[in-house]
This record gives sequence, structure tokens and C-alpha cells, in this order.
Amino acid sequence: MLLSTRGLSKQFVGLRAVDSVDFDLPEGEIRALIGPNGAGKTTLVGMISGRIAPSAGRVIFDGRDVTALPAHRRIALGMAYTFQITSVFARLSVAENVALAARRRLKGSAVGSAVEAALDRVGLLPRAGQEAGDLAYGHQRLLEIAMGLAQRPRLLILDEPTQGLAEGEIEAFKTLVREVAQESTILLIEHNMRVVMELANRITVLNFGAVLAEGTPAEIHLNAEVQAAYLGGVSDAAAG
Amino acid sequence: MDLGPYLVLATLEGAVTAAVLALTAVGLSLVFGVMRVVNIAHGEFFMLGAVIAWALAHGLSGHPAVGFAVALVVAPLVVGALAVAADMTILKRLDYDPERTIVATIGLLYIIQQLTLMGYGPDARPVAAPFNTRLAIPWFEKGAEGWQMIWPWGLGTTSYKLAVIAAAVAVLCAVWALMARSRIGLVMRATQSDREMALAFGIPVERVYALVFGLGAGLAALAAVLIVPIQQAHYLMGADPLLLSFVVVIIGGLGSLPGTVVAAVLIGLSDGIISVFFSPTLAKILATLLVGLVLVFRPQGLFGKRGG
Amino acid sequence: MRVYALHAGLIVLLFALHFLLPAYHHGNLARVMVLASYAIGYNILFGYTGLLSLGHALFFAAGLYGMGLGIQHLGLAPAPAFLLGLVAGAVVSGGLALLALRTSGVAFMIVTLMFAQAGYLTLLYFGTYTRGDEGFVIAQASRALWGIDLSDPGNRYLAALILFGTCLLLSLWLVRTPFGRVLVAIRENEERVRMLGYDTFAHKLAAMVISGTIAAAAGAGYGLLFGYAGATFASVQYSIFPLLWVLLGGAGTVLGPFVGTLFMFYLIDLSSGITTAYMLIAGVVLVALTLFAPQGLMGEVRRRLWKGLP
Repeated sequence: MLLSTRGLSKQFVGLRAVDSVDFDLPEGEIRALIGPNGAGKTTLVGMISGRIAPSAGRVIFDGRDVTALPAHRRIALGMAYTFQITSVFARLSVAENVALAARRRLKGSAVGSAVEAALDRVGLLPRAGQEAGDLAYGHQRLLEIAMGLAQRPRLLILDEPTQGLAEGEIEAFKTLVREVAQESTILLIEHNMRVVMELANRITVLNFGAVLAEGTPAEIHLNAEVQAAYLGGVSDAAAG
Repeated sequence: MDLGPYLVLATLEGAVTAAVLALTAVGLSLVFGVMRVVNIAHGEFFMLGAVIAWALAHGLSGHPAVGFAVALVVAPLVVGALAVAADMTILKRLDYDPERTIVATIGLLYIIQQLTLMGYGPDARPVAAPFNTRLAIPWFEKGAEGWQMIWPWGLGTTSYKLAVIAAAVAVLCAVWALMARSRIGLVMRATQSDREMALAFGIPVERVYALVFGLGAGLAALAAVLIVPIQQAHYLMGADPLLLSFVVVIIGGLGSLPGTVVAAVLIGLSDGIISVFFSPTLAKILATLLVGLVLVFRPQGLFGKRGG
Repeated sequence: MRVYALHAGLIVLLFALHFLLPAYHHGNLARVMVLASYAIGYNILFGYTGLLSLGHALFFAAGLYGMGLGIQHLGLAPAPAFLLGLVAGAVVSGGLALLALRTSGVAFMIVTLMFAQAGYLTLLYFGTYTRGDEGFVIAQASRALWGIDLSDPGNRYLAALILFGTCLLLSLWLVRTPFGRVLVAIRENEERVRMLGYDTFAHKLAAMVISGTIAAAAGAGYGLLFGYAGATFASVQYSIFPLLWVLLGGAGTVLGPFVGTLFMFYLIDLSSGITTAYMLIAGVVLVALTLFAPQGLMGEVRRRLWKGLP
């Protein structure tokens, strides 16, 4: 098991955002995390990556209890996190953005080639010299993913990566994720059900901060509980 | 003198300090609370109040009370108007960015201070109190024939000092009433709690900000007019009130008016007492360290509640 | 290469000016170089890491007094006294960093301001040793470094140039290392840097110690070259100065601190001939810069002429 959580909970003032979640993610899988807005998805991955301190429970990464580690130590162990709201270094060049991600594990000339490779994979190589803030929104999302790739993570957490991408860009994104999945385990928070159904090996459904169901896309599609709680809106979500 | 009368004296002096400090600090706190602006030039508005009071008392003939009474009204208005102008020409253009406004108010500090130096000069000048009756204070001591009332030499105060305390209390009550009971206070509190929401409800936030900045500066000026018959006006006199106001506002909890007043009373009293027994420099060292440490370890202030 | 040529060129130019300048400006420039070294230290923290300190006078004074008291009361020779100044600066900046870096933004500014003020008042409080505001003169005899008399204007200029050149090249090298790039990234978006796996606290701590130690080197150098230590150098005004110089010259540019210090020095020098209220200039420049040119002079050069200017 690459990643496990046991009894992971987060209590905000007057609100149980995540309630005692047990979650297991084996190495090499593409896992989608879905659920209605406010189900606690971002809070859950926030606790996994160390951005948010849990109220209770444990996070185990690669056989090691990382609950007490600050975010940067967990990232150094092989996690990578791409932000839901694009959070690139707007005033630095596209290449420097990726180089910052690469330099944590590489030195010297190896950085340059890693940056080139990561930018090439997301198709941003021609824009390497631009300021990141000048990129179009969809391109900034791709830059986020390139930064994730440059870290060569064992676990890549993508928080709503297709939000704001055009139809064609989404297709390219799916191909990209399948390629990356050869080397990294992927945890994907995603609203676009078509992307989820096509990409994920398994799906975990979160509702009111608790795991409602877990299974293959086909199983989830047929699960009555999930349909009642969430997929009632599946046609809308798929259409959108 | 025994310790007892000494303490009474220190407490009385401390109460005057506390009264003036509370007014100054409430001005600073109001500006920080509503606008999220740390006004480093606050002490200079205080100083301007004192200098204007001197100019008026000096320029108007007749009984000293006439000039003083005029100053009590005019100085806060003039200083407040200046602050409004500074807000509209400088702070508004910086979009109230916290760090840049601090740098700008540092610049403002030097501009006000140095212009005063050029116009008013480097001397400290007194202003006569409108009334100044000496009031001796009795003390009880157990002598040979049991308890008796004595009048220790040096134990006393003046009618003016008591009036300063009373005036400060009255003004603070007025500020409280303004904030809690009036429409304009409601608008200010709405702006304080959520600027975007206030804008959405059609509150003219920029005008509220200008008003608050003017009100804060006016309070500092008023405090200075009250203290100038005791302290003299000088172009560098703004530094201490600024430092002490910081101490008070930060210890009382940033932006909390009741906390600010409580802290002002505590700091004013203890400053008086510590300064009597120890060196004033040591008192200031302790005060600055306290502010730093409170900000590091209890940013909500000593009296504030955790969370939120 | 152009980058190194530009910065080395400035040092060569300053060396050439040693032989060309009339005595008055020669003396001024020596002072400007020492103060610019102070600004270079400030710029590491403010310009490159994005932390606005209002308490750097504490570090400048730590160097000045570490060196000065070392000579005055411990009878140290200038070289070990200078080192003592550096150590004092590193310790004081490290200590303050551990406290102040628990806060951010406005709170960081106020915390640094307050601790620096406490340091200044402490210098006054221990007036027996520090001579308070009055200060003390460091005797000419104890300012001879390896037999070189630093009070001689020629030696003084060259010593100031060595100090300044070292600080300038050090900061140029530093901001181009991977470490320096992370500092810039912290300035731009600290949370993102953390989520790339960097220990941002450790980076900020290191930046503050480097910045404080360079400021202390400038302070110790100032005392050695000009033979005087006084509490004024620890006052708020001396915390505002480097902010002013760096803002004017261009925060986050390697040359900015020198350019800003040079301009401001001569601006104040000229105006103090007219009025005693020379700090008025500082106030006006500060307000004007925040309003109209937050990038400063070299920042404008970078924006308009040369994007790659470090």
C-alpha cells in the first residue's frame, strides 16, 4: 500500500469536514476521489499532503507514519500536490517555475534537461521563456502539472486539474495522465465525470466527510447509494 | 514619605497618563480595526495637536482658558482634516495594502515631523492650563495617639489633572456611543467585519475609511491638547505616545476597543509606578519587549480570545 | 557574462575614482560604500525574500558595538574585533529570526521594529559601557589593521571598496544559486514553495542570518573606518534608511542598494546645506516611491531595458 489513512478526521468550528476516513491506495493505481461540493475532498487531500493538520487519525505513506511530518517533509518523501486554484509563480519564467520543482532532487545541468522534459510533455516547451503570469489559464493549469511531473513523485495528487480546460486540452490531459501513471501513483480529485470514468482504475466517493462507496467505475456507476447521494446529477456533470 | 503615599501619587500620575494614552490608543486601534492600516504617523498627529494648541494659546489674547478652549475644538478638527487629506491622496492610492501603507506612513511621519521643525522650531514650549488649583491629599497614619489624618508634603494633584481624567472618560464614552449606537458607527463596524460585503451593500467604503482615519488622528490630537499644559509641546514628542499606543493596542488585542481601553489603564498605571521606582528607560525596554513577545506568542492580545 | 562584467565594472570604476575624485567626494564615496553594504544586506531579506524588516539597525549596531566594545573593553585587535562584530550580528539576527519568523506580514514588521527599539534602549540603559547617545571614539591607534592605518583617507577608501566589493559579489552569487532562487520563490508565493517540498522556515531563517550578518559587517566596518560608535546607529532612523535606499535603488536588484544609497546620500547632503530638517527629504522620497515607483530605479531599468538584470 503506498498510501493509507486511518480514522482521519478534521473538525472545523461547528463542522465535521472529514469524519474518520480509512483510505487505501495501492502503488501504480489511478484513483479518483469524487463527491458533491463540500464533501471534504480538498480537506482530505490537504491532510494527506500536510497542508492541513488533522484533528484525529493517521496518515501512512510508503509504510511510514507521516502524520507528524510538516508538508515539505512529506513532499520530500515523494508526494506532489497541484493546487486547485492555480498557484504558479506568476512573475517568474515558465522554465524557472518547473526548475524550482526539479531542483529539490536534481543538481546542475540535470535540472535543465528535467525542465525541458517536463515542459515538453505538457506541450509548454515553446513558452519556456515567458512569464508564468502571462500564460492563458489553461496553460497555467498545464504548468502546474509540469511542476508536479518535474518532482518525479511516487504519488501525484491532482486537485481538479481539468477545471477551466478546453475540450481538446482535456483529451491531451487524459493521454498525459495515462503516461504519467506508468511511473507514479495518481490521486485525482475531479468533477468531470467523463474524465473520471475513463481514467480511474478505482473511484472513492466521499459524502458528508465520510467514504460512501469505493469500487471500479462500473461498480460506482451502478451503486444505488451513490446515485441517490451524488450521481443524481451525473448527467449534468457529464454534460458540463 | 512612606511607601503608601508614594503609591497613591504614582497611581494618580499614572491615571493621567492612562487617560491620555487611552484616547491616543483608541485612535490607533480604530484605524487598525476598520482599515487594517498600521499608522506609524499616529504619534505625529498627536504632536501636531500639541503644537496647534500652543499656537492658538499663544496667538489668542485674553485669559489662557480662551485659547485652550478654542484649541480643544480646533486642533482635533485641523489634524483630522489633514489626516483625511493624507488618506485620500496617499493611502487610498495604495489601495490600503498593509505593507505599503506602513512604508508610506513612515514617510508621512518624517514629513510632518520635519515640517514642524522648520515651522515651529526645535524648542519645547509650554501652554498654560486653563485652571490649575493645587489639591493636597490627606493620609492616615498611626501615630502615638492612634490613627490621625496628616497632609504629607508633596502628596497632591491639581484640579487640571483631575479634569483631564474626566474629559478622557467623557470622550471615550462618546466614542463608544458613536460606535455602538449611531448609524455611522454601524457603517464602520460593517466595513470592519467585511469590506466586500459593505461595498456590496452600497456603503461608501472609501469615505468611511477617510472618516475613520480623520477620527483616529483627531483623537490623538485631542489627547495632546489635554496633556500639553502638563507636558509642553515639542516636535519630537510624538515618539513616546506612538510606542505606548502600540503597546496598548497590541496587548489589548488588535482592533478591539474595550481591550484597548483596559490595556491603556493597565499600561498607564504601571508605567507611572514602574517609572517612579525604576528608570524610565528600563520601563520602555520592558514595554517594547512585551509588545514583540505578545505579537509572537499571543497575536490576539493578552485579553483577546483565541481562535476566529 | 554580461552580468559579471557589469558588476565587476562598477568595482573597477570605484577603484578608478579613488585616484580621480577630489577629497570631499572621495570621503563621501567611502561612506556611501560602507552604507551600501548595509543596504545590500537589507536587500537580501527585503528585496529577494520579501520580508520587510523594520529592525535592521539592530544588526548594524550589533556589528558596530560588537567590534567597538571588543576594542574598547576587551582590548582586541581590529581583525578579531571585526570578527566579533560579525558573530554578534549573526547571533542577534538568528535569535530575532527564530522569534519574528513565527509571524508574517505586518506583525513581522512590528516585531522587528519593537525588538530593535528594545536593543536601542538597552544600549542607552547600559550607558556606562556604551556611552549612550553620545557614543565613543575608537582611537586611531587601535584602528591599524596589520599595520595599515584605516583612519588614513586613502586606506579607508580602499578598505571600504573591499568591504563593498565583497558584499556586492557575494549577493550577486547568492541570488543566482539554487538557494537564492528559492528565496525569490518564497517572496512570490511561500505556500507554493512549501508544497514543492522546501523547508521555507529554514530558508527564511538562513536569509535573515545572512542579511543580518552583512548588515553587521557594514556596522563593524563603519566603526573601524570612521572611528566612532553611537546609539543613534541603533535607532529607528537607521532601520528606515536601508529600506529607503533599497526602495529607491530597486528592491530585488543587486545594484539597487548602491544606487539608492548614493542618490539618497547626496540628496540629504545637498539639502542639509539648506535646512536642518533634512529628514523631510527622506519622508517625501519614501511616500513618492511607494506611490509612484515601487520598483525603484534599477527596477525600472530591469523593466524597460534589461529583463535579465539580477
